[in-house]
Amino acid sequence: MQATNPLPEIVVQRVEPALRVENLTAWYTGTRPAIGGVTMDIARHKVTAIIGPSGCGKSTAIRCLNRMHEVIRGARVEGHVYLHGEDIYDPRVDPVRVRSRIGMVFQKPNPFPMMSIYDNVIAGLRLTGQARNGSRADGLVQGALEAVGLWGEVRDKLRQSGASLSGGQQQRLCIARTLAVEPEVILMDEPCSALDPIATYRIEELIRELKQRYTIAIVTHNMQQASRVSDFTAFFLAGEERIGRLIEFGETEAVFTNPRDKRTEDYITGRFG
Amino acid sequence: MSAASDARPALSLHRTQPGELGRRIVDGIATTLIVGSAVLGVAILAVILGYVVIKGLPAWNIPFFTERPLPYGEVGGGVLPAIAGTMVMLILAAAIAIPAGLATAIYLSEFGRGTFPRAVRFVLDVLAGMPSIVVGVFVWALLVRQVIGTFSALAGAVALAIIMIPIVTRTVEEILRLVPNHLREASLALGAPYWRTVLFVILPTARAGVITGVMLSLARAGGETAPLLLTALGNQFLSFDLLRPMASLPVQIYSYAVAPFDDWHTKAWGSALILILVIGTLSLLTRLATRGARMY
Repeated sequence: MQATNPLPEIVVQRVEPALRVENLTAWYTGTRPAIGGVTMDIARHKVTAIIGPSGCGKSTAIRCLNRMHEVIRGARVEGHVYLHGEDIYDPRVDPVRVRSRIGMVFQKPNPFPMMSIYDNVIAGLRLTGQARNGSRADGLVQGALEAVGLWGEVRDKLRQSGASLSGGQQQRLCIARTLAVEPEVILMDEPCSALDPIATYRIEELIRELKQRYTIAIVTHNMQQASRVSDFTAFFLAGEERIGRLIEFGETEAVFTNPRDKRTEDYITGRFG
Repeated sequence: MSAASDARPALSLHRTQPGELGRRIVDGIATTLIVGSAVLGVAILAVILGYVVIKGLPAWNIPFFTERPLPYGEVGGGVLPAIAGTMVMLILAAAIAIPAGLATAIYLSEFGRGTFPRAVRFVLDVLAGMPSIVVGVFVWALLVRQVIGTFSALAGAVALAIIMIPIVTRTVEEILRLVPNHLREASLALGAPYWRTVLFVILPTARAGVITGVMLSLARAGGETAPLLLTALGNQFLSFDLLRPMASLPVQIYSYAVAPFDDWHTKAWGSALILILVIGTLSLLTRLATRGARMY
């Protein structure tokens, strides 16, 4: 304990951020923003968890990171998100290109119901006009399904509908679908909230493996999950004004064992939320 | 309090209670009315079908399907020009109405917010409710009188297309709206442009409904008589010239039916049977094409 510098700060600065969020404010409709003035770094090849009580804007925040927020009618965003130094909110940037480099996994498993398991995995390529066929597509499908640990379970029924799988398998299929377009960053919006504990455990295992190759940001309302899978944790809270704000950000261990902000401590110890 | 609540359930569980008889009578009447209405609907269809089969089947023989109608009053002949004409004009009308209807439906469901789309929807609803003879008069005044200068298959197809467009548009729009938003988001989050999302995710997901809408409009247009009388007119001869009058089943039924000859009346029934079977087949194909398709 002789070091006077707070260790977490140094580590945060040493890791090159994949995404740098600067003063991000997002609205749905009306004048009151859902989140205000968010500034944080998403470290490369690490897992960053966003936690907070319902309505704190954590889903809104993560949807701003690949320009999915503006898909909702009337929604708008101000501020900057830099992907390796390039502002994805620059007017010249095509949001479609942003999303192929920053993928997203949603709360509810959403495989395309009219496509087979195989077609679901390569849907991203077909949908972005990079049609692959034959053995290259086969290899890609196998690779993506192996990466999510689904290959052994579905190798004999690749032509069946993705909807025939269990919820946990569907979610892993959706992750495989995201991996197949080879993004750099994967955003996960409460990916386990519709899953049972065993399926949840497998997704968490998967997240730990994926961070070797991908940068991951995950929204979760489950604090245990955040502490299990993440390297960094961001705590969001909407106060009296009902605008979601970033209250605390740091290494997960530090945030959970030694929070700097009283509100973080209250939330983590279950005093509210 | 506990004494009262102990005593009452024992009674209320019994079947025979004061007022029970009246309740059962009302129940019986209501059930009879509901089931009776359903039976009536089926019965009407069964009677129509049965009657058309009994009256029309005697007209069916090989010449009926392979020959053209004979001059006024002569016994014999067939309805080949009418069958061919109905096919040609339906295909042409579908070629106009399906792309236009689908495009409009996509616009309304995916991009349509505000005043203009609301106006489009309203106009389409008015158009859907427009008596078909009015459509016929309109196309007659515009195409037959002004542009083409004669009764023609093209004018007939345009009239049918005008009848089909609002049906295709409104049914398909409703179906596209039912495609869950999370599928759109899944596609967009993969980096797909919106047009590819529409083409490869939204339309295939709504496939069953889209086919139903198209078939519904075809069935409706296939049975239209009034607009064709004023536009395609009819033709005794087998013709594939789009700028000349063309025969069609409904118009053929009409001209056979109004003639004062028993043989022609039978032929009207026979033609009606063909029309019913064609439309029935369309419905059946719709069922087959959309079997097992479901939406999330």
